[in-house]
Amino acid sequence: MDSFNAIVQVLDSTIRLSVPLLLACLAGLYSERAGIFDIGLEGKMLVGAFAGAAAASVFHSALIGLGMAVLISVAFAMAHGFASITHRGNQIVSGVAINFVAAGSTIILGQAWFSQGGRTPALQPGERFEAIVWPGAEAVRSVPILGPIYAELISGHSILVYFAFAMVPFTWWVLFRTRFGLRMRAVGENPAAVDTAGISVAWLRYRALICTGVLTGVAGAYLSMVQNGGFVKDMTAGKGYIALAALIFAKWKPVNAMFACLLFGFLDAAAIRLQGSPLPFIGKVPVQFMQALPYILTVVLLAGFIGKAIPPRAGGVPYVKER
Amino acid sequence: MAQAAIELIGINKSFGAVRANRDINLEVARGTIHGIVGENGAGKSTLMSILYGFYQADSGEIHVGGKPVSINTSNDAIALGIGMVHQHFMLVDNFTVLENVILGAESDALLKKSIAKARSELERLEREYGLEVDPDAIIEELPVGLQQRVEILKALYRGAEILILDEPTGVLTPAEADHLFRILKQLKEQGKTVVLITHKLREIMAITDTVSVMRQGTMVATRVTKETTVGELAELMVGRRVLLRVEKGEAKAGAIKLSVKNLTVKDQRGVTMVDDVSFDVRGGEIVGIAGVAGNGQSELLEAISGIRHAVSGEVMLDGKPIDLTGKADPGELRDRGLAHVPEDRHHVGLVLAFEENENSILGYHDDERYLKGPFLNVDAIMADAQDKIEKYDIRPGNPQLRTANFSGGNQQKIVLAREMEQDPGVLIVGQPTRGVDVGAIEFIHKRLIAMRDQGKAVLLVSVELDEIRSLSDRILVMFAGRIVGERGPEATEGELGLLMAGVEHQEAAQ
Repeated sequence: MDSFNAIVQVLDSTIRLSVPLLLACLAGLYSERAGIFDIGLEGKMLVGAFAGAAAASVFHSALIGLGMAVLISVAFAMAHGFASITHRGNQIVSGVAINFVAAGSTIILGQAWFSQGGRTPALQPGERFEAIVWPGAEAVRSVPILGPIYAELISGHSILVYFAFAMVPFTWWVLFRTRFGLRMRAVGENPAAVDTAGISVAWLRYRALICTGVLTGVAGAYLSMVQNGGFVKDMTAGKGYIALAALIFAKWKPVNAMFACLLFGFLDAAAIRLQGSPLPFIGKVPVQFMQALPYILTVVLLAGFIGKAIPPRAGGVPYVKER
Repeated sequence: MAQAAIELIGINKSFGAVRANRDINLEVARGTIHGIVGENGAGKSTLMSILYGFYQADSGEIHVGGKPVSINTSNDAIALGIGMVHQHFMLVDNFTVLENVILGAESDALLKKSIAKARSELERLEREYGLEVDPDAIIEELPVGLQQRVEILKALYRGAEILILDEPTGVLTPAEADHLFRILKQLKEQGKTVVLITHKLREIMAITDTVSVMRQGTMVATRVTKETTVGELAELMVGRRVLLRVEKGEAKAGAIKLSVKNLTVKDQRGVTMVDDVSFDVRGGEIVGIAGVAGNGQSELLEAISGIRHAVSGEVMLDGKPIDLTGKADPGELRDRGLAHVPEDRHHVGLVLAFEENENSILGYHDDERYLKGPFLNVDAIMADAQDKIEKYDIRPGNPQLRTANFSGGNQQKIVLAREMEQDPGVLIVGQPTRGVDVGAIEFIHKRLIAMRDQGKAVLLVSVELDEIRSLSDRILVMFAGRIVGERGPEATEGELGLLMAGVEHQEAAQ
């Protein structure tokens, strides 16, 4: 029974750890499907995390925190759009710039406003999104197998976790069942076809970037207001890049994206769980190796284990009407 | 005369210092097919893009159906019943036919209803106009002819009454082009108005009711097609008399320069593209290879010029064999007197980002003439480029201009000048006048004849039957990788056409 409980616990933290990846990955999906490469997922998550924790702490409201996180993240997405859609700048350069601005500005503003070495004040109850305990969770906990699964895996997460997983079928539906999705996929493949069909390429891409901004904002809020009790500098720790890798791994498809993010989340959870405990046949593995595992996996997967991943064809190319 | 479907009055459009359209007036009658001809860069496409709302005119008026309208976006044009089939198809390659048809014209925010509506509407259009195409096929899996049909369906689905086609036959085989013309005639019978932009005069004569000629941004004339001739139109396009038939004397064929024996070539997929082909080319003659594109001509050219691996057979240049493993050193072949003008000048013949003078010596840059010690001799290269510019009338005459900024015809002249001026014994030319203006075609043809008269061996591959017939001393017809017949230059178009379609070949096989 102990080992079963251990597995449930690892899976439970898998879910918690994969949520920010999943939100960022879906955010990237909207942007890249519309033909805008977004290496700035990391930066947008970071400003979202900072804005969320700062606003929640100042206004004593988790909802206001979430709102600010989304607002600031969308603003950064619009800056990316202004540079790469309106002014046809290089999308990679613009994304990298966003990451730098995010990393620097969160520390400077955090120190200037709160004087806690770039941290925001620890969030109090009511300023964070609390876990939602599903009805009967405690009562069934003692039921073997199903009890722990219901109590640990299904019940007891914050609203943002359920939101993230609900976004998977929703994104699929938007992409493949709505007019907006059809046009968005088209603009990522051949913007000239969209333009000659009488639809504005720029406005369509801006709308896709708004979706991206909303999702990275929620991802950031999750990091600073759910997983952690406040903002810590550089707390995204490369999750934006792992989300990009997961997006490629998932071949730009929402359901695949969920599984890719769960896999990365699982590796993270396993690494934490196995710290210090010896593995069968191998013996004791250094903590650092376990922590590096998700990143090693990223490199291995991208190096060709995933088969041919065909990105949206117009990705990264600013649209210019031909002369 | 029927009521005007479109009327353009005093249209002006400039791109920076370039005046693409100057004071254009045009009237197209309802229910007719109206052709617009002109050389590349004459402003045809710009004018139609203005009509379709892709660009806005600097000044001028547009009337549709007798009423003045303003067309600021493609949406406005679509709402007025104007549809356009672009030269480069505006399709999303990995979408289905249905998805492409409804894109931008969805009837509902959810796709299910839009697709259901489009499916029944497409069935109706297919019945009415004979435009059969599988609505669930993925675009990239369809041949170009069908992709073009999807473009036409797209326009009709949006309720187009006026259909603009920009160079529609450039990518089609002759059979596909014929089918397209039948469709256009049917559209006309149903009361639609068709505007056909092309630089192929034969198409104009075959299908249009009226024709307008553009030259350097101005509309120089409008004619009733029945009352004009190809010669008159060509003259109007170029602004001077054009020789459509090349004048040439008797060929004085000499010794065998290039000899191909039992050559077999397969492509990357392992499909046999050239099948046991043998022929000789003598000094002082032009041998033309006719055929519908894709019957092995490209692979034949590549194998002979040493850039494609041949499975078996041999090729002799001046009696000595050429390495057919696909690893031949093109530099060595050049030294042996084989010059090659590749079919695809953009990808194989030129580096578009280079300056004109750099391209004019590319491949010959190791030649002593262009070197000063280990360095390039810039003065010599410039002088050489300037010399070629004058001889070949390359415009604009600036050897320091980026090659991408030259028109297609002038780019072709840069390649031809480079290869011909090396004084090769054997010249292999693929599609010498593809995408080239009437005026430049005349010039290129004269140069090829001059090469022949100097005693060079010329092997010419072209999909333009007229070109093959007017230049060649002997015509070989390729079909499905084989040479299915040899004819003299007096062979009729019909005779060659049958050979190209493989008719005689199949009868012989039975």
